Amino acid sequence: MISSSDQFRILSATAILGYGFPETSFQNGLRKNPHLIAADAGSTDPGPYYLGAGKSFTSRAGVKRDLRLMIREGVRRGIPVVIGSAGGSGARPHVDWCEAIIREIAREENLRFTLGVIYTDVPKTLVRRALKRKAVKPLACVPPLTEEALVATTHLVAQVGVQPFIRALDQKCDVILCGRSYDPAVFAALPIRLGYDPGLALHLGKILECAAIAATPGSGADCAFGTLKKDSFILEALSKQRRFTPQSTAAHTLYEKSDPYHLPGPGGELDLTGCSFTDMGGGRVEVRGSRFVPSRKHWVKMEGARPVGFRSVSIAGVRDPILIRQIGPVLEAVQRQVKTLLRRERLSGRVLFHVYGRDGVMGPMEPVKQTKSHELCLLIEAIAETEEAAETLLSLTRSTLLHYGYPGRIATAGNLAFPFSPSDLKMGIVYEFSVYHLIELDEQRLFPVVIRKLP
Amino acid sequence: MKRSILEVARVIRSKNAGPYELTLDILFKRRRDFELCRKRRWITGAKIARLYGVPRSHILKVIWFEPSHAVKITMKRRIPSGAPGDSDVYGAQQHAPLLGLRFGGSSR
Repeated sequence: MISSSDQFRILSATAILGYGFPETSFQNGLRKNPHLIAADAGSTDPGPYYLGAGKSFTSRAGVKRDLRLMIREGVRRGIPVVIGSAGGSGARPHVDWCEAIIREIAREENLRFTLGVIYTDVPKTLVRRALKRKAVKPLACVPPLTEEALVATTHLVAQVGVQPFIRALDQKCDVILCGRSYDPAVFAALPIRLGYDPGLALHLGKILECAAIAATPGSGADCAFGTLKKDSFILEALSKQRRFTPQSTAAHTLYEKSDPYHLPGPGGELDLTGCSFTDMGGGRVEVRGSRFVPSRKHWVKMEGARPVGFRSVSIAGVRDPILIRQIGPVLEAVQRQVKTLLRRERLSGRVLFHVYGRDGVMGPMEPVKQTKSHELCLLIEAIAETEEAAETLLSLTRSTLLHYGYPGRIATAGNLAFPFSPSDLKMGIVYEFSVYHLIELDEQRLFPVVIRKLP
Repeated sequence: MKRSILEVARVIRSKNAGPYELTLDILFKRRRDFELCRKRRWITGAKIARLYGVPRSHILKVIWFEPSHAVKITMKRRIPSGAPGDSDVYGAQQHAPLLGLRFGGSSR
């Protein structure tokens, strides 16, 4: 049982592993004798490419620098170090990439420790079985999962909750490296295992996973410190320039979420309707009233991405006012002309124009319909089944547009100003999210801990 | 007298809420303005749909959040984050139409 004098202290290093943090803040956190050092590396924000391709969206050097400080100081002091959503997307290649970095650090710093590795890739056969018994459901605005999407998906991960971490802690791991995980899990697993309230532990984790973003001024590249108690938790910043305020903390609850009162996660929902945020002075905020409401069945979110073709792009400027006035109809006419050529050549693919200076950022949602700009930036994008087809399509579109004879044209030498030679860039494989669904599964059984003794 | 949103809000932002949803936040400077706007239903799904030129059904939620004097609007993303045709992978630059809002006077 947790008594009212008990405390569980957590040092959150950084919002995304690899974003960095000031060493002085980290040292300030260590001086407060934390029971846990943790960071989550994950986000779907950078888009589907990183999951689909198995690549990290943060740099190896950045991740190694952050991990070196966390692991060296944690292992030397006997403080568990927990890393979630390895490599940002948390699929097997991301976990292996991160493990290689950890091994290098262990070697270079002469550290001996037990590493627990948790892979969270979901076998497709399991998803097929779950589909049959209706144990898969799409999240809001997501189409139902099809066999075709499942087959094409290159990496499929589950956002696991606290249970696999608790298993790893049971097995006395000093450092835990997990694939995709629910952001707060790295912070909440250990205190939940000790008997702290899961609602408070998860809400604290939800704030700490963004490190000092919830402080003011906010920063994802600075540490934050959390103290969990029986009935509340306290947040504080670790550098003099920042502090937590009730407003900054509450505002963070809004960030990147569709509903600030109800935050769904693995196995249930965090209910913040009864939450209070109190100023404790000294840049500290106390939070009370966060509740975890378990669901009847254990639903976990899956994320998957699939390739949809190859992309080539070209960037060009337009400065001719006669062309700028009719840029919309001209681009449509070029699209039509290219489509006719494609049909003749039996090629397929898509051309997209991003017109910066008109509606490049908002597309059809842009309320300003008539541009006042004296120049435009055109980003011409071609997507096709093969790299070669994408290049051909782009080249065809670029040259058609360059020489297109629009009404009233008096600049007959060319319609585009290219900043570069070559004008075309190969962007490689394009991915899109193919799975963003809930699945009912047993995360403890499905995602076991692999124990590795380092060195 | 109508006031510009910039007089009453301290934060106006947009961001992905997952790859399929976009969420808009308006954080008010003062509780008074927050209460007034909430009472007068200054922000509605229909108004946001008009502002962004999207069907009303794409506006999923309008939530008034007391602890930070904020209103949150969650809408369907036009195209999922990073899929072909998307123009803002993080969804962080879709807030500009809100900056033209004015409130006060009539509570339409």
